[in-house]
Amino acid sequence: MLQIILAIFLGIIMLILAVIAVQNKNVVVAIIAAGAVSLFASVLYLLLAAPDVAMTEAAIGSGLSTIIFFYVLNKIKRQNG
Amino acid sequence: MENSVIEIIGAVLVLLGAIFLFLGALGLVRMPDVYNRIQAGTKASTLGTFLSLIGLLLIIPAWWGKLILLVIFILITNPVSSHVLARASYCIKVPMFKKTVVDKYKEDVVKLFKKDENND
Amino acid sequence: MVNTILTIAVVIMMLALMLTLYRFIKGPTASDRLISFDVMTVSSLSLIALIAKFSERIIYLDVALVYGLLSFLGVIIVARYFEKGI
Repeated sequence: MLQIILAIFLGIIMLILAVIAVQNKNVVVAIIAAGAVSLFASVLYLLLAAPDVAMTEAAIGSGLSTIIFFYVLNKIKRQNG
Repeated sequence: MENSVIEIIGAVLVLLGAIFLFLGALGLVRMPDVYNRIQAGTKASTLGTFLSLIGLLLIIPAWWGKLILLVIFILITNPVSSHVLARASYCIKVPMFKKTVVDKYKEDVVKLFKKDENND
Repeated sequence: MVNTILTIAVVIMMLALMLTLYRFIKGPTASDRLISFDVMTVSSLSLIALIAKFSERIIYLDVALVYGLLSFLGVIIVARYFEKGI
């Protein structure tokens, strides 16, 4: 029972964060919200008893994609002056 | 439902840690500007996570290795991240609350810039 | 007895996550959202530790370690971008 309530709660949090990532005008806020969606997806996978998928999701979705997004954003800002 | 005393003490410690996490989140909502929010949020969340992990260590003593590793990890990284956050928000000039009276970091920044100019 | 107290602790942690989510929605600057992200990940780290106790598998604590490491890495990257660019 507690696990079902926790899963629904985490799903609602992910939905709100995804809406923020789509709707916000600031690019940095959108990237932070996308990383937070990925971290809560990792907790949800853990609740479904898949620890290896959770570890991969946290590493790629939150670590690697955030680094690549900020690297590209920095290059664009430097080119535009 | 026969539990020993040690397990009940551990469960109460976990509950206390959860209450500290809740108070940190409440301070995050109520405080007026960025620096107060950093000071309220990260300290309370560090103490809350520390207490809940120690309580879990008292409940299940067979997991001591990974739990102590997690506690040491939290105690090292969380103050570092709050310090870096405060420095970054000072660098991009986030405005302070209008009742702020003293800004000691400004003098240090001026001194650091002078030292850099002398070195160059 | 122990399970009842731990269930109450899980409910209080969910309330804390809800309050940090309020600050994430409302916050005026990007720094507010970054602080909210930090507190949110630390709260859910102790939630992961309690999930590991409820399902009695020690491998979940490894996931908690990776999770803490990556949230710390994210905060450091964004702060470095704010300061001088990566």
